[in-house]
Amino acid sequence: MFNKKIIGAMLAAASAFAFSQGAFAQAKPAELKIGITTFTSGPASVFGVPAKQAAELYLEDLNAKGGINGVKVTPTFIDEGVGGDKLLSEYRRVVQEQNVKVMLGSISSGSCNTLAPVAEDLKVLNILWDCGTEKVLEERRYKYVVRTQANATTEMVASVLYLLRQKPNFKTIAVVNQDYAWGRDSWELFSQTLKILKPDVKVVAELFPKFGASDFSTEISRLQALRPDVILSTSWGGDLDTFVRQSAQRGLIKNAQFVLPLAESSLERLGTTLPDGVIIGARGDHYFLHPVLKDDPKLKGFVEKFKAKTGAYPIYSVYHMIQALDGLVAGYDKAIKANKGQWPSTEQLAEAMHGLKFRGLTDEVKIREDGQGLEDQLLGTTRKTAAYPFPILDKIEIYPAEMAIAPVGQKSVDWVKTIKPEILKDPRIKTFPPVN
Amino acid sequence: MNQELFLLAVLDGISYAALLFLVALGMTLVFGVMRILNMAHGSLYAFGGYFAATLGLWAVSKGLSPAWSFLWLVLAALVIGALLGTVMEVLLLRRIYHKEQILQLLVTFAAFMIFEDLQRMIWGAQPYFVSDIVNYLGVAEVLGITYTRYQLMVLPGVALVVFVGLRWFLKSSRTGRQIVAVAHNREVATAMGIDAKRICLLTFVAGSMLGALGGALASPTTSLVPGIGAEMIVLSFAVVATAGLGQIEGTLVTALLIGLARSFAVYLQPEMEVLVPYLIMVAVLLFRPQGLFSVAQARRV
Repeated sequence: MFNKKIIGAMLAAASAFAFSQGAFAQAKPAELKIGITTFTSGPASVFGVPAKQAAELYLEDLNAKGGINGVKVTPTFIDEGVGGDKLLSEYRRVVQEQNVKVMLGSISSGSCNTLAPVAEDLKVLNILWDCGTEKVLEERRYKYVVRTQANATTEMVASVLYLLRQKPNFKTIAVVNQDYAWGRDSWELFSQTLKILKPDVKVVAELFPKFGASDFSTEISRLQALRPDVILSTSWGGDLDTFVRQSAQRGLIKNAQFVLPLAESSLERLGTTLPDGVIIGARGDHYFLHPVLKDDPKLKGFVEKFKAKTGAYPIYSVYHMIQALDGLVAGYDKAIKANKGQWPSTEQLAEAMHGLKFRGLTDEVKIREDGQGLEDQLLGTTRKTAAYPFPILDKIEIYPAEMAIAPVGQKSVDWVKTIKPEILKDPRIKTFPPVN
Repeated sequence: MNQELFLLAVLDGISYAALLFLVALGMTLVFGVMRILNMAHGSLYAFGGYFAATLGLWAVSKGLSPAWSFLWLVLAALVIGALLGTVMEVLLLRRIYHKEQILQLLVTFAAFMIFEDLQRMIWGAQPYFVSDIVNYLGVAEVLGITYTRYQLMVLPGVALVVFVGLRWFLKSSRTGRQIVAVAHNREVATAMGIDAKRICLLTFVAGSMLGALGGALASPTTSLVPGIGAEMIVLSFAVVATAGLGQIEGTLVTALLIGLARSFAVYLQPEMEVLVPYLIMVAVLLFRPQGLFSVAQARRV
């Protein structure tokens, strides 16, 4: 009897506790402050500045429509260009002093590697919105860190597949990448995948000019002497522009098959410098002339609006920014629903982000249980048309993320070694007819 | 490495060294006369490049022949050098000639940061590129390798003309000799009736023009991006320090040395490319801390 009473009381207390937990309502804040790290100085501001403009454009619209569940979103921008330590202290300052609960960081893989563990410690949701490093989510499991786009593995495997499907008959390859983490890591993934799928290919030169190099004439002379069939460069920004221009000026680009997995971001700037037939990647499935979605009102409307505001077509960092913000809004919606209409805690939000399915400007993205986003990859070949003063992408192929990513818990460097040649004929690959 | 590749590496090295020399020359000239290491020299390089590109774009939009580009390149360097050089000398440097060196470094570095932001405000963050002149001049084949005539002839040519011209100017003209006198000993030169203030202004403007000329000449071959000035300052500092501060002939030899070493590295040991200039600098400074070409200085006091 006595025992029953106690047990009953305990049960009641426990259920009351559970109930209070379940219905624990975070007071809906007056505004939602988010922090965004992006490059507004240094060479990477070619990505950072357009992405910042995109964020402003997006949040203006969102707030005009009432924000997230009636809460207005106000951004604080942090410049990634200040470098590791300073970035870290700015990040902490924004989180701790301004009480920011959601951070979007970063463009640079180095920044992402630095910030992810810090976000976990601070218990602030961090969306990896543009960086490519696959290592950050493979080496540790995070509760508060998610990525709303693909990683380098997906991007590089898709690039190899496109090259082998479009131009299978080559014997030699050379690489010219920037000498920093991305240049090295992307080549490692690319070359490992290539070795598995085409073991007889010979690497004739591995050149890693300084990050931010302004002159590639020596590299170009050497490549002309070596005459590789394929030249790969995962460079971006001013480095890529300079390399392409100097290669074009000296005729190298006509004598080798160039593969430029990040060059979607340089297409408009390079104008007519890029000849027809260069392989271009988009770091995702986003492209303003996306073969399926180009007339989709969301994509088309945004492209027009962005062009009117900035004078340029959106590049991949812009799409990634919108994707991260769309992901965040979708995450809040999901978390609010799960919380019976109440404003969620950061923990609940972080939980909702895992397993989330949402749509940015292009196809749906799914965030896996390890926080990694599954984003399709679009590649194409340059072709000049009368409609634009720069080449468009022709012979587009889209690779679903699922076929080009290491499974949860497996490291990419190990996984790429297990790729089978059948992947080249995978029926999930979407091909599109040439543009007329 | 066979003979052909050797020749190719030499050609690549020379065109690279030419640009490096122009920028380092301005830096070393300013140091020689004013004993100030101008960290903002990289900004002059960047501004020269951006301004030349702006003029070039304007000329293209007006439908002018690319041949005019030579005029724009030089004009951009002269205008930027005169403008920024005068502003910096009169407003900043004049006040710190007698201050401690560490303060001088900090002040010019601050100027560099300000210029960097200014540059982003004016030209934005997207890469700039105007290469009409390079396409206009066309290409030349050397041993089956295509080079642009611009890099093969224009860059080394201009560097050589500037070098010879500057040497002649310093040795034979009245102002040039005054500059040398001030460089040697400012107080004695002033006592002998030289207007050291004017000479300093003149030298600084000339040094700034050289930095801007380097940028302007680089602009047709490279993308102008934020941060390009910082890249250049580090490398030209390596040249200047290796040569010995204030050494004009030494700067030429060192720029060539570093340019050639770098291009040979690309052919033989590409991993070393980035490191080579600094390895040379360290090796030289270990044995000759005053630089390769500096002569031992008599104590002034």
